[in-house]
Amino acid sequence: MMARLKQMNPVFLVLVLLFVAIAILSPYFLQPTGYMNFLKRAAPIAILAVGQLYVINSGGFDLSAGALVTLTVIGSSILLDGDASATWWVILVMLGVGVIVGTVNALVVSWLKVPSIIATLGMMITLSGVALTWSGGAPRGYLPENFRFFGRYLIKELPLIKILPVAVIVMVVVCVAMWWLMHRTNYGKRLIAMGDNPKAALLAGIPLTETRIVAFIMSSISAVMAGILLGGFAGVSTDVGVGLELQAITAAVIGGAQLLGGRGTVGATIAGALVLQAMFTLLNILGFPKPIRDVVQGLILISAVVIAGYRRRRSGG
Amino acid sequence: MKIGKPRNLAALAPFLLLLVAVAIYVIVAVATGQTQYLTAENLLGLLGRSIALGITAIGQTFAILIASIDLSVANLISVSAVLASSIMSGDPSMMLPAIAAVLAVGVVVGLINGLVITQFEVNPLIATLGMALILQGLLSATFNNFAGEVPEEFQVFAYGQVGGISISLIFLIALAVAAWVFLRFTRVGSNIYSVGGNPDAAKLAGMRTARVVIMAHVICSVCATIAGLYLASRLRSGAPWIGRDGVYDLESIAVVVIGGTALSGGRGGVWGTLMGVMIFSLIDSIFNIAGVDAFAKQILRGVIIVAAVAVYAVRSRRIEA
Repeated sequence: MMARLKQMNPVFLVLVLLFVAIAILSPYFLQPTGYMNFLKRAAPIAILAVGQLYVINSGGFDLSAGALVTLTVIGSSILLDGDASATWWVILVMLGVGVIVGTVNALVVSWLKVPSIIATLGMMITLSGVALTWSGGAPRGYLPENFRFFGRYLIKELPLIKILPVAVIVMVVVCVAMWWLMHRTNYGKRLIAMGDNPKAALLAGIPLTETRIVAFIMSSISAVMAGILLGGFAGVSTDVGVGLELQAITAAVIGGAQLLGGRGTVGATIAGALVLQAMFTLLNILGFPKPIRDVVQGLILISAVVIAGYRRRRSGG
Repeated sequence: MKIGKPRNLAALAPFLLLLVAVAIYVIVAVATGQTQYLTAENLLGLLGRSIALGITAIGQTFAILIASIDLSVANLISVSAVLASSIMSGDPSMMLPAIAAVLAVGVVVGLINGLVITQFEVNPLIATLGMALILQGLLSATFNNFAGEVPEEFQVFAYGQVGGISISLIFLIALAVAAWVFLRFTRVGSNIYSVGGNPDAAKLAGMRTARVVIMAHVICSVCATIAGLYLASRLRSGAPWIGRDGVYDLESIAVVVIGGTALSGGRGGVWGTLMGVMIFSLIDSIFNIAGVDAFAKQILRGVIIVAAVAVYAVRSRRIEA
């Protein structure tokens, strides 16, 4: 029992401690509206972080995710301009854009042998250029109600939990699907093997390019979905996605994902995203100015890596 | 890097890229009938417009040579500019204390980066990204607008001229020469190449690899603070967003890599980096002459960075990220 506890990822313990602190400081968060709103706000970052985890486990980074979130929000609002009947095909188009972006990222890394940090950085600059050119620098258009449904709608008058935001359902469904793909399929095993040791994976017959393409597509699609949620509850702006890729990487690292490949789990990454969001909430309750969020994010980012390294060395892994 | 005696194509690549960029620049200028852009003055001025990027990139070259990277330079530039202008507050007698304080901040930040990377074995991307967030958070929590101002005497750094050449350009070239001499002719310099090329071998050969890594990070951070001083001098005041707005972190990495320094460490040098800076400002000028829309410019820029790095891709082996 104690041995199992020692092996447990400390991120879950940190999460519980943060929740307790928040609950003591502000009992509002014990109400269904309180914790459901918290989960709703955490949903985009959790989805993004799990998508990012695919790329991190493959041994890379996806810095283009934040810019893709912005492009999704800006692009949808221009394409739709309030026309509710077009919502479904616009969502399909955006997911298609995600597939293309992910594929291009992966092919640049695989075929041109460009390090993923540079490849996705180029993609980030390109995508924000596209978003700015398309919109002319300021948000245009308007998102109809049925598009904003995913981010904004609350299912009310439920027994027990009273309200349930659609965003939380989306988060749960997406995360379960991504968990299944990562931890219950052969694809997931290939991905982790590739991140751990690409040469060994290649010799074992794993198709590296295909595996990488799927990983980058997962990250891009998760960015599109996060964009749809954010468009729903945050509205249209040109900086909606700024810095989200770093938050996603931070969340994965807090969850114990090892950069340059092969160790992160979906569950711990979601916990990492919730820790990040809980930390922001706590700072807010304590009345710290917003920039202090960055300081705290930086500190926990570094300490998470230090702690993970220390645990790894102690366990001899 | 040895110009004139390249051992292989890779060492020549930045020079070839620069020639291609110059050729396109000339063609575009002639094709659009704007030959006034072809004077020697204009070509020299190209580098002059990228002084801050140049200084930062020289520092970044050191970090990348030891197979590390520094993502905190942009935020450190902001910290340095704001700190300098608020300590000076227009008073010429406070210039030296301000410069000393700012350089000290650079040393401390570089030391912390280096220590976190070497002593706690934190991935340099994460360590410096964390540092970037911490610096920016502390700065934005304290300042939200232009703070203080620099005295006229200090503006000489950005606007002064000696014999028709701007002081800042002379400074940049002097810094590059100093960095080149340091890398090429001193023991520490060659240790930097050894540690970057193969840290295990360097350790077995008896080098104190941690010290070399820390030293490279201190140099990188100090260069970033100098770039901050330059920007404070040019803008006459420091604001907490100037480093981030200039995207100096990612741009400095991009020009270093385009200049032929391998992300995997151990190969490359300062002259390549300066060529990378010139390539970048040429691209900017080409877009300006051709009248490319500002946002479309950004799209092309992203594509060009990736394409240029692809030229060197075969060389980078270790950081497969």
